[in-house]
Amino acid sequence: MAKRDVPEINAGSMADIAFLLLIFFLVTTTMDVDTGISRKLTEKQPEDAPEPPKLKEKNVFIVTVNRNNDILVEGETFMTVDKIRAEAIKFIDNGGGLGNPIDGAEPAECDWCNGAKDPASSDHPNKAVISLESDRGTSYGTYISVQNELVGAYTDLRNILSEKMYGISYVQLLKDSNNNPSNTSLKERVKLIKGKYPQILSEAEPTK
Amino acid sequence: MSKFKKKKKGMPGISTASLPDIVFMLLFFFMVTTVMRETELKIRKPQLPKATEIKKLERKSLVSYIYVGKVEGQNGDKIQLNDRISDVKDVKYFVFAERETHPEDEIPLLTTSIKADIESNVGTITDIKEELRNVNALKINYSTLKGDIRDNVK
Repeated sequence: MAKRDVPEINAGSMADIAFLLLIFFLVTTTMDVDTGISRKLTEKQPEDAPEPPKLKEKNVFIVTVNRNNDILVEGETFMTVDKIRAEAIKFIDNGGGLGNPIDGAEPAECDWCNGAKDPASSDHPNKAVISLESDRGTSYGTYISVQNELVGAYTDLRNILSEKMYGISYVQLLKDSNNNPSNTSLKERVKLIKGKYPQILSEAEPTK
Repeated sequence: MSKFKKKKKGMPGISTASLPDIVFMLLFFFMVTTVMRETELKIRKPQLPKATEIKKLERKSLVSYIYVGKVEGQNGDKIQLNDRISDVKDVKYFVFAERETHPEDEIPLLTTSIKADIESNVGTITDIKEELRNVNALKINYSTLKGDIRDNVK
């Protein structure tokens, strides 16, 4: 016989391989994670609460979605959903006047804004209110799309500011901060950026 | 011909000693990755909208779910709380029940995740939000998938 019988393969290490695979899958499998747009609802005001202070019209950016899922901006221009973000950014970042006083300091101009400083648009990011009006018959998909774009506008602005101040985007900053909860300087930075562009987004009650 | 036969005879049988290991591995794998549905869906599985500005929901124990969608053969949006179709007025009892199961200091952290179908009416969602505001459950999350928002409109 030219060839010897092939010796049986040693199966002793098979278990090791199996465990290796098992551990690999254990580590890499992500169970379906729940994701979504987080929002905070406004607190219910008591019946006898004083009227909220009137906002200047130029400081309110009204987006209306009607029951045919048409999107109307500022009550006059129809828009497709992908234009809203740029329009909202233009409004928030305008910086045409003095803002609300921060920490008791004198009202100041927005010195981090890159907007057109148009006196007919918002004064300051902390005064700029975005109001999303909807109809009961609006489809949820459109509503979420619009809301996504509006939240996205704030994220974009924060990214730009964070990039300028710290060299990394706000999204990355937030991620780093969440990964190192003990790092207070990262937390401070997140807070600062958030404070410069506070998210003031009101979801008005829908028209019947 | 005879040469051929001889070779065949020389082949050792494949050892099956590792078969149990493989089977156990598969078993473990499925055991680990299977997520048991806490609640059985009574409504048609909602087709969630897509969004880009999404956040992961951390600490699942703090999240309770409200499903909104259609029921086969019935008109209008239906709300499912736990394992049954409910009226919007039951949302507050649902929130109270959820609070009962958590220690006091975690109550402000409780989040309500709204898993609504893309074709639901905003009116239904607003009713739910109004109820949640009434009982001061203010943290909400519109459950979405990651994707292009243009897929939301058809």
